[in-house]
Amino acid sequence: MGVVFGVITLTFVLLHLAPGDPVDRLLGPAATALQRDATRHALGLDQPLATQYLAWLGRAVRGDFGTSLVQGRPIATMLAEAWPATALLVFLSLGASYVLGIALGLFQANIRRGGVDAAISAGSVALNAIPGYWLGLVMVMVFTWWLRWLPAFGAAGLDAGFLGPWSRFADRLRHLALPLLTLTLIGMGGVTRFVRASLGELRDAPFLAVARAKGISRWRVAVRHQLRNGLVPVITLLGLSLPAFFSGTVFVEAIFAWPGVGQVLVQGVEGRDYPVVMAAVTVSAVLVVAGNLLADVLAELMDPRVRVRTNE
Amino acid sequence: MSEQRGVRMDLRLLVGGSVLVIVVLLALLASWLSPATGSVHDIVATRFLSPGVTDAHGAFHLLGTDRLGRDVWSRLNYGARISLAVGVLTMALSLVIGTLIGSAAALGPPSLRWCLLGLTDFALGVPRVVLLLLLAALWQPGTVQVILVLGATGWMPIARLVYAETRSQYARPYVQGALALGARRWRIMLRHIVPHAAPSVLAAVTLGIGNAITLEAGLSFLGLGVQPPTASWGTLIASGRDTVVNAPWVGLAPGIALVLVVAACTLVADAVQDRARRLI
Repeated sequence: MGVVFGVITLTFVLLHLAPGDPVDRLLGPAATALQRDATRHALGLDQPLATQYLAWLGRAVRGDFGTSLVQGRPIATMLAEAWPATALLVFLSLGASYVLGIALGLFQANIRRGGVDAAISAGSVALNAIPGYWLGLVMVMVFTWWLRWLPAFGAAGLDAGFLGPWSRFADRLRHLALPLLTLTLIGMGGVTRFVRASLGELRDAPFLAVARAKGISRWRVAVRHQLRNGLVPVITLLGLSLPAFFSGTVFVEAIFAWPGVGQVLVQGVEGRDYPVVMAAVTVSAVLVVAGNLLADVLAELMDPRVRVRTNE
Repeated sequence: MSEQRGVRMDLRLLVGGSVLVIVVLLALLASWLSPATGSVHDIVATRFLSPGVTDAHGAFHLLGTDRLGRDVWSRLNYGARISLAVGVLTMALSLVIGTLIGSAAALGPPSLRWCLLGLTDFALGVPRVVLLLLLAALWQPGTVQVILVLGATGWMPIARLVYAETRSQYARPYVQGALALGARRWRIMLRHIVPHAAPSVLAAVTLGIGNAITLEAGLSFLGLGVQPPTASWGTLIASGRDTVVNAPWVGLAPGIALVLVVAACTLVADAVQDRARRLI
């Protein structure tokens, strides 16, 4: 909660410190001083900063973010249309990259052959290093231009309205494929590296030796004992990596013209559409904080020791 | 086992280090490495040449040319100057801010510590790209602004590291002993704590340089960072975006360079980090 509040305040102050007047932007160079003052008054920009801030907060908690200076539409509607697309992308890619990354890291931590280990290490370092906007570009090059398998932009085809329910669903999936693949691949590299390190430390732990001595098969030991114990830091990482995933979506949305919060934010920034920027930043801060909370709850569910420690 | 690990670690350092050295050399020697093209050249005849082609003026284009007939290879080398400079200067700024805040939190009174650690956690919780977009939107974008903005948003890991190292070293008997012998705080800081903290801070800085280069490219890609015609890898990727279809090499080359450098930074950081851990 503190983070959300801090981000909102910071954004508000920064936006009002910024050079460049939204009124000039809105009216253009031909406006008279009188018109300028009238618009400034209508937008409430002539009032003291503190008053504006409180007024904005009061309206924001009631879900009213004002009107976009550029589009003239209520921002709440713009965001209501945008956030499900972003949430879908972030949570699916987060889930996919963690599942794949954990599986790969677990495999890597238990493989005895150095060559395979080194190959996966090199692969995950490379994936971790790839910037999302560039990978997206390469994906478009390969899957849209060379192979002609998948569409490169948008969340639905232009003909989506004329399709039956099943083909519309398939159309959505085809549009989701490239952004999701891009985000997942990038996220996976980091997760694999982290899981490999955190499980590798456990490899020679006595309780695992006992489990092996009892005759439990190697992979069962790995999944039931090693993974279970090494998972808590991974879940903490999940919470911490949410801002990173959100950041990644901003770029990926820009590449694939995915109609999400990132797009609203970038367009708002480019057009100096201050109310829109305020609202988009607020929504992203809320999304990130909610994700952190979720990670804390998950960590407690996974490991009773965390619960005991926090209760004491 | 330990021997094997030693060999592999050196390999990481070797591969990562040599990639970085090569890129730095290319950046420094950019003006010698670019093919001589006269100030007046025929754009139509030299645009969109594929890699490895010699144009009508007899200039050889290792990585082809872009839509204005500019040689991609030389743009890449000039771009390396900007990208590397942004990465290094950004992390220098972050290092200063992070060290100041981290050590002040570790050595100052509890109220100050509470404030500074709270500030650090808060800053870590903010999605960095959102903050970057915000700051980039407020001022006219440009190279100096990118460095300032990235530096001001990248100090948190370093502050945390410096704080943790300082606290843990301060509790050790030898520091307590030095204190008992009457050593001053700044002397303890310089003589005992800095040498211990240096390797892990160095690892964090190396990692951060890679990160900063990626973010700079991202901002420039969105048009909010380094402005064309200045070449940075981000503006090069952005210019390649429009010509994905007829000249894929324009966008591919700077991207591959970027991935190589960031991966090299990761490898070096890993090796340094491992060495630091083994020293303790």
